[in-house]
Amino acid sequence: MSRKLSIGRAAAWTYLVGVLFVTIFPFYWILRTALSDNYALSAHPASLLPVGFTWGPFQRVLGLATTEQSIAEGGSGASIHIGHYLLNSVIYASLSTGLIVFFSTLAAYAFARLQWRGRDFMFSLFLTALMVPGILTLLPNFVLVKELGLLNTFTGLILPGALFSAFNIFFLRQFMLGLSTEIEEAALIDGAGKLRVLFGITLPMTSGPIVTLSILGFIGMWNDYFWPLLATSDDSVQPLTLALAVFKQSSPQSQPDWAGLMAATLVAALPMLALFMVFGRRIVNSIGFSGIK
Amino acid sequence: MAVLESTARGQRPPRDAVGRRGKSRPHSPAHRGDAKLAWVLIAPALVGFLVFAAYPTVRGIYLSFTDFAVLSPPEWIGLDNYVQLLHDDVFWSALGVTVYFVLLSVSISLVVSITTAAVLHRLTSSTVIRGLIILPFLISAVVAGTVWSWMLDTQLGIVNIVIKALGGDGIQFLTSRSWAIPSIALISVWKQMGYTSIIIFAGLQTIPPTIYEAGRVDGASELTMFRRLTLPLLRPILALVVVLNVIGAFQVFDIVQVTTKGGPANASNVLQMYIYSKAFGQFDFGYAAAMSLSLFVILIAITFLQMRLLRASESDTNA
Repeated sequence: MSRKLSIGRAAAWTYLVGVLFVTIFPFYWILRTALSDNYALSAHPASLLPVGFTWGPFQRVLGLATTEQSIAEGGSGASIHIGHYLLNSVIYASLSTGLIVFFSTLAAYAFARLQWRGRDFMFSLFLTALMVPGILTLLPNFVLVKELGLLNTFTGLILPGALFSAFNIFFLRQFMLGLSTEIEEAALIDGAGKLRVLFGITLPMTSGPIVTLSILGFIGMWNDYFWPLLATSDDSVQPLTLALAVFKQSSPQSQPDWAGLMAATLVAALPMLALFMVFGRRIVNSIGFSGIK
Repeated sequence: MAVLESTARGQRPPRDAVGRRGKSRPHSPAHRGDAKLAWVLIAPALVGFLVFAAYPTVRGIYLSFTDFAVLSPPEWIGLDNYVQLLHDDVFWSALGVTVYFVLLSVSISLVVSITTAAVLHRLTSSTVIRGLIILPFLISAVVAGTVWSWMLDTQLGIVNIVIKALGGDGIQFLTSRSWAIPSIALISVWKQMGYTSIIIFAGLQTIPPTIYEAGRVDGASELTMFRRLTLPLLRPILALVVVLNVIGAFQVFDIVQVTTKGGPANASNVLQMYIYSKAFGQFDFGYAAAMSLSLFVILIAITFLQMRLLRASESDTNA
């Protein structure tokens, strides 16, 4: 019995180690390739360590290498200034996330704490939006943003997703309904206004789910590709995901600049990995907690 | 949603506290002026809902009955787009390719995720391991697609090198018709699996351990307990996971765009890809809108069917 059990446990551990290996290996392979020379890579594709160690790929994607240097190391000669796109991504992801979480909190408070005619109707109306997938609204939204003359602006990129999120409102309202109202009522009796209660008491008490939604929202926005692809064609506002895809396409098909691509990939993934280092436990718990999105 | 509700319910104070605030005193002094404030507070969300959700939905439906190339005003053509759709071989092939992708990616993802979650649950509560498993969820599909195009490269990709070293023949993962969709499905599973595992893991943690102790006393093996206890108790969460994964998989785009661009020869031309190329390659927005709406109807039908089949809202606890 116990022997059988330990065989089962060994098999389970083996499986888990296998899953972890497949999960993590590509990240190592990015690093290994990004520190290699393209010509050395072709000669020693199986080497587990960087071959022909060089910082060249990073210099290429950061726009620090000259065209000759770049071509000498198997680059395409076209470099991307990734820092610029990094900044665009930071603006896009943080503004979008900040605004949507803030506006959702306001609405959630109105639905959870205030008494007003039409409240339940409005709430059900908002929830219908959960049923409509992006595919249906993205094309018309593109047309709308174009008509407003907001293509290739941060406003046009951010606005459609910055005001309303049925999921966020639902999530925060549920949480607020679960909070005890004693402190809020005491403050109201002491003569505090509703707004003061919202910002002084309810908001701080809701900080847990607010952080959860912010983290998940930021990850989603940072990785967003389809909407920026529609709303921007000018590199002054394009986020990193687009730049990376363009860089991949501009790399020659016959002999792609894999080292440069992996360096760009690493730079693109790095902020998320940093976020993970800081908030790892929180992210894991957020996902388990939210169970949706 | 089931998860959400049960979580929220778990933390909620006694029901009467909610009920009291909810109904009985609509015009009490404590709520004077609420209506005005409420409308101010929901104003941004309401504007967002009307302008960027409701209006585009209605407009998308309208555009699907028009000939519209963005630059000139839409022209009403009735059902022409839908008639064209019925006779469009590329559309049907794209639908077929998409369904193939959905079936492959969701079934593989589900099997791997359930196994991983169950193994995690029985072996370790380490947050570090769970953290490592969701790493791929944190990076974009563009990054995932780029890395895997490199690892699956026919000549220099490490996967093919390993296959050849083991005595196999090299596989043209992303450049052959037969392998394109399975490869994309595998990349998608790699990216999605950890996230799904963590949700299922969270569901497993809500199952009281005493149930397993009882099972063990009755002499049930681990596998039997998994089949007879774990799976039935998990069903609401599994149903949610399946529904969400299917909806997500039907809209796959990013990975395809980065790895194959729909090729070779339409072998991986999924619906979203075809819609995108119709709209932005050929500026046929009316037709693209008609396809979007069709995809939406398909999604609604499938979701409804799944909810019925999986009896998503009930678990088997009473069975």
